[in-house]
Amino acid sequence: MQTEIVKGTDITYEYVHYDENGKVDFSETALRGVSLDVRPGQFIAILGHNGSGKSTLAKQINALLLPSTGTMVVDGHDTKDASKLWDIRQTAGMVFQNPDNQIIASVVEEDVGFGPENMGVPTKEIWHRVKRSLKAVGMWEKRGESPNRLSGGQKQRVAIAGVMAMEPKCIILDEPTAMLDPGGRKEVIDAALELNRERGITVILITHYMEEVIKADRVLVMDRGKVVLTGTPREVFSKVELLRKYRLSVPQVTQLGFELQKAGLDLPDGILTIQELVTELKRLRGGSDGNQD
Amino acid sequence: MLKDITLGQYYPGDSIIHRLDPRVKLLGTLVFLITLFVFGSPGAYVLASIALGVVISVSTVPFRYMVKGLRAIFLLMVITALFNLFLTPGTILFSFWRFRITEEGLRMAIHMIFRLSYLILGSSIMTLTTTPNQLTDGLETGLGFLKKIHVPVHEVSMMMSIALRFIPILMDETSKIMRAQEARGANFSEGGIIRRAKALVPLLVPLFISAFRRANDLAMAMEARGYHGGEGRTRMKPLSYHRKDMVAFAVMALYVLCQIGMKILKL
Repeated sequence: MQTEIVKGTDITYEYVHYDENGKVDFSETALRGVSLDVRPGQFIAILGHNGSGKSTLAKQINALLLPSTGTMVVDGHDTKDASKLWDIRQTAGMVFQNPDNQIIASVVEEDVGFGPENMGVPTKEIWHRVKRSLKAVGMWEKRGESPNRLSGGQKQRVAIAGVMAMEPKCIILDEPTAMLDPGGRKEVIDAALELNRERGITVILITHYMEEVIKADRVLVMDRGKVVLTGTPREVFSKVELLRKYRLSVPQVTQLGFELQKAGLDLPDGILTIQELVTELKRLRGGSDGNQD
Repeated sequence: MLKDITLGQYYPGDSIIHRLDPRVKLLGTLVFLITLFVFGSPGAYVLASIALGVVISVSTVPFRYMVKGLRAIFLLMVITALFNLFLTPGTILFSFWRFRITEEGLRMAIHMIFRLSYLILGSSIMTLTTTPNQLTDGLETGLGFLKKIHVPVHEVSMMMSIALRFIPILMDETSKIMRAQEARGANFSEGGIIRRAKALVPLLVPLFISAFRRANDLAMAMEARGYHGGEGRTRMKPLSYHRKDMVAFAVMALYVLCQIGMKILKL
């Protein structure tokens, strides 16, 4: 019985470099036996520093890359089955890192319509989808503008709308915030969260910003082509020392909580928000006085 | 400022000319240019002037915008006129030193000035009232029949529209790389032409590398969104002829008939 929307089993992947004569020059192993299963409606975050293989894994889900060994099954289709390629790409949409390099048209609404056009959706339905998707990411007012006039966060929201218009069951965001300022980052993550919460679309977020994964259902930490840690954000963030070994730093407030705990305060592991820390500290003080200054 | 550059300066407006189907405008421009070359009598020019005048006033594009296009070829016009004026043999009107002005030369010079400026005005009315996207769309559908003889019409127009989208981005990038190199002492504005050309080499290399990288990214993004060529593709904004387009075709035909009629009547 197949319930997972994305199921990767023991995937390895090698980047093979060829020299001028077409002979194998050298190869790099980017994934070493990664398994992954995602159930419909989940919000999964994949963390890892540069070169950990997280982007390679993302491209496996969209069949842009095929596993060297192991299998990747998306919504019941093996990605190696070339006849199902377009079904897979329609099921699992992908948003990339550089906002400029994934917007194809020179008008916002036309870019959102690009995916449905490729799928052969009738004209009237394309307009419905474009409207719905742009409204969902809050960009409907900008539909007639040139993408060059938008901010980075707005461009990424347009890119998300472009994927949504294909009505995928799952959206993979491959470091969508890496080139954005903090304001833009929040815009994009909020848009992704809303799709997940309001519309039940499975979201797989790939990032190296720890703050962005707090609301995820499950976090996978990757290092050197392997999944080294997995669990809820709280479980993962409680392992501050281990994460540091993988060159990832926990959110500031988690770090503070960790330091306080080490200094002898009786705090729980893996504090995620400022509010949580405040509540815990108040509890330690006896919780009697409500003075907040 | 760089972001405002568009190819073939589009003048935003909502006139009937703006709203015409791009295919109509393409054909209209072509017809107009052909009549300029086929019919050369003074009468034909009067008719062409009337047609041009009507279209320009209907389009609501200010006339000075049109003239801007003429400025670019002003030098060419002067040179052509001078050559025709002095070098055409025929009945001499008057002469000084070793220059002779002939009647035929004078006529030819005026003729060339009119022909050149009408060529520019006629084609700029199209680029001024049509967005680059509509233009590529019009070319793709209008030239669709070429697919039968294996001309990759869809691919070419897709390439054109992507090029249009990336022009401002690459411009931005160029100025960024320039500033980065100027900050490290490069000099793009001094020295002779050879020195300046040499200074551009280190600019072009990173620009090309980044353009290729962008192309790679874009190809992947297009594939991820299910792009697989023109086969089985639908259109978000399909082109269709409306009544106004039919009227435009009729006006066009009338214009050509008038020109032919004048030729026959030797007006």
